Amino acid sequence: MSHGKPGVVHGDNYFNYEPGIWSWLTTLDHKRIGLMYLFTIMCMFLLGGIFALAIRMELFSPGMQFLTNDQFNRFFTYHGAIMVFMVVIPLIPAAIGNFVMPMMIGAKDVAFPRWNLTSYYIYLFGAILAASTLFIKGVDTGWTFYAPYSIRTGTSATLVLGGAFIMGFSSILTGLNFIVTIHKLRCPGLTWDRLPLFVWAIYATSVIQVLATPVLAITLLLLILERTLNIGIFDPKLGGDPVLFQHFFWFYSHPAVYIMVLPGMGIISEVIPVFSRKPIFGYKAFAAATFGIALVAFVVWGHHMFVSGQSDVANFIFSLITMFVAIPTGVKVFGWLATLYKGSLRFNVPLVYALWFLFVFTIGGLTGVFLATVSIDVHLTATYFVVAHFHYVMVGGTLLAFLAGLHYWFPKFTGKMYHEGPAQVAAWFIGIGFNVTFFPQFILGALGMPRRYADYLPQFTTLNRVSTVGSWFIGMGFVIVAINLIRSIKTGSKAGDNPWGGLTLEWQSPSPPPMENFLHDPVVTEGPYEYRGDKIGLGLNA
Amino acid sequence: MIGLLVSAAQAALVSTAQAATVPVAATDVAVSWDTLYWFLIYLSLFFFVGIVAAMVIFGIKYRKAVHPKPKYIHGHVGIELAWTIIPTILVMWIFVWGWMVYKDMVDAPLDSMEIHVIGKQWLWQFVYKNGVSTIGDVYVPVNKPVKFIMSSEDVLHAMFIPNFRVKHDVVPGMYTYLWFEAKVPGIHQIYCTEYCGTSHSGMLGRMIVLTPEQWQDFVAGKKIDVDSLPADPTFPGYRANRLGEGLEATAQSTGGAAPTLTLAEKGKVLTQTKGCVACHTGDGSKLIGPSYKGIYGTDVKLSDGKTVKVDDNYIRESIENPQAKIVAGYPGSMPVYKGLVTEEEIVSITEYIKSLK
Repeated sequence: MSHGKPGVVHGDNYFNYEPGIWSWLTTLDHKRIGLMYLFTIMCMFLLGGIFALAIRMELFSPGMQFLTNDQFNRFFTYHGAIMVFMVVIPLIPAAIGNFVMPMMIGAKDVAFPRWNLTSYYIYLFGAILAASTLFIKGVDTGWTFYAPYSIRTGTSATLVLGGAFIMGFSSILTGLNFIVTIHKLRCPGLTWDRLPLFVWAIYATSVIQVLATPVLAITLLLLILERTLNIGIFDPKLGGDPVLFQHFFWFYSHPAVYIMVLPGMGIISEVIPVFSRKPIFGYKAFAAATFGIALVAFVVWGHHMFVSGQSDVANFIFSLITMFVAIPTGVKVFGWLATLYKGSLRFNVPLVYALWFLFVFTIGGLTGVFLATVSIDVHLTATYFVVAHFHYVMVGGTLLAFLAGLHYWFPKFTGKMYHEGPAQVAAWFIGIGFNVTFFPQFILGALGMPRRYADYLPQFTTLNRVSTVGSWFIGMGFVIVAINLIRSIKTGSKAGDNPWGGLTLEWQSPSPPPMENFLHDPVVTEGPYEYRGDKIGLGLNA
Repeated sequence: MIGLLVSAAQAALVSTAQAATVPVAATDVAVSWDTLYWFLIYLSLFFFVGIVAAMVIFGIKYRKAVHPKPKYIHGHVGIELAWTIIPTILVMWIFVWGWMVYKDMVDAPLDSMEIHVIGKQWLWQFVYKNGVSTIGDVYVPVNKPVKFIMSSEDVLHAMFIPNFRVKHDVVPGMYTYLWFEAKVPGIHQIYCTEYCGTSHSGMLGRMIVLTPEQWQDFVAGKKIDVDSLPADPTFPGYRANRLGEGLEATAQSTGGAAPTLTLAEKGKVLTQTKGCVACHTGDGSKLIGPSYKGIYGTDVKLSDGKTVKVDDNYIRESIENPQAKIVAGYPGSMPVYKGLVTEEEIVSITEYIKSLK
């Protein structure tokens, strides 16, 4: 590539190719865009995390110590809305997927680089709009915006709804971009049955993003119109139906949780074979299960509404179909275990995070079966049991997988190895801290403590205190991760092209990669998990 | 013989229920719920322990230092089929069992005593057919089925009684139901479990289950000394709370106060003062609109050919938005009453209609 300012010395990789902040802000390079997403999302994660720590601090004792009820209600709303819309939904696809997926298919970039940059700015604008309400009246509806409370509340709900509406388009455009990229830009020899499972995961996720997000957009728009123009669709005072809002909302928001978890599962499917030096066990089943989950995701939304007033017929159907989500999920968990079986395991931090993922996600998934059972759900819904369940699958699922991927691809992004020691310590802080925080919440919920409670009865004190202490360990763990990774950029040892001995295409390129991704056009001759004889001892841990 | 084994297994499962992690089971439905719940716990433990043990054992046995040569395999059809089919059978069984418990949970016996519940930010109002109204506390007889007919005056709420394992959203503009037959006298905690604003966590209540003698006292209008009753058995040493902090001063409980009019009597007066009697009679004779006599619980044919059941939601809709469903053979000229009747008035009129058998 020879474009660029004359007289400026260009580096030889995507990071230093063209210097200056303006070249980053106007970049069309998917790798730079991925990093910009990563940086912004991590800032939002910090904000959402601060709200979480504040909530847990207030819940350390019964009675209100630091916050008023109204402040608390805003805090859990912001925690949820920020974490769901600004962090977990875009995280793996936009930050890691953007960087890694095109390289994994041997492409020079995504199909529509300008859309890619536009998607980032749409996300940024929507996020800033929503976050700006922190300085106006705040919002206290819960991230689910149920009507009629969300119609009546005098807070800045309309702006948050608007911000989420705008961010949705980033998700849709990214999904479309990725689908076209995967279809059209695969390098020679990369047939569908040789596609890495991370790419399959991004593909399925993109399909969900494109099909489901527009429903959310319309739902949020209708709520905005209800608040501003009293159109009467959800407000019972005007003849509207509040339960209808829930149907519309969950029609998107249930598939959304698979937008969150499928890419995470894709990362685990990459990490485990590399660090076991073994092919993934049941490649076809993994790909099929990914799409099976994505499909079933669209027809189970009513399991969030078992006690909402919907009919018994609806409850029957939604409970029955929800049970089927457990099957492809189980296929994956067993498949990962079988991949470890008789492997040759290297316990670098990516594998440690993958193992924590298995531990935590199994608990999350099993408790999902409880909630899918309609009668069991009647007692447990809207209690802390549900809060524990979704944190186990979302945090345990997506976030731990993200950390596995972040450390796995760190050498590729930066050209440096992260310091393994502090990374391991952080992984254990986070893994143990996570379970200490959320496991007691299963018990709190079963005992009857409802969610979204600013204050609680004194008999729930001990379990709440254990949970709060756990949250401090999660916080400390993430601080260690951040400091370690930032330090490692400077002081880490130089990583070669392929420190882990991976067989996916991104490892055939220098670390960090050049602007155009590859020095030699890649050609694929076999699947990405063919660890045999000649391929076992590659990489750092040979 | 199988029955004996099953009930012994049930008893064993239920008795191992650690009292520390689920509430006391104060109804038969709660006992069935617990049986399924503990089955799921043990099943989950089986899979969880198996998976974690596999991870730990593989981690030790197959670490690089002791297992340098990995096996080069891609899969195994038999194993993959097994771990697809067996979980499918398991979840189907869980679904069926869960559905059977659910039907017991939601199908109220026909002879249930009905109590109206009105949720409003941020308290519970309970209205008995005899006209008595209480706030925060609801009094019910032990060993008798009770059905709550619930609606909200403002936003979504939800009624939750953990010791009974029942919960349902309380929705503005629509009636929803739950039922229970309490087996344990004393006080059981009630919570609101659908976020409803500032004092959502203060919207508590007490389910006060009375022995037959105490129930006679309540019906006769005598005040019940609630503080002398057994406390919430799930949390020995703690009192159940009627209301959250800060709301004590504004609450009143008129438990046992003698009513002036029953709900049905109030409803009859309302049909006069609201002008319903201009078109509807209570004795079966046809005027401009259908008579109330004997219609509750029956099916009526509408002008568009459909058939509907005359239940609480039908009556509410016919009052607030009468043009939605017009009974066949009638002109459909009833005016809209939305905004002209309160929740309590609709409840009273409905009870009057129910009383005209």
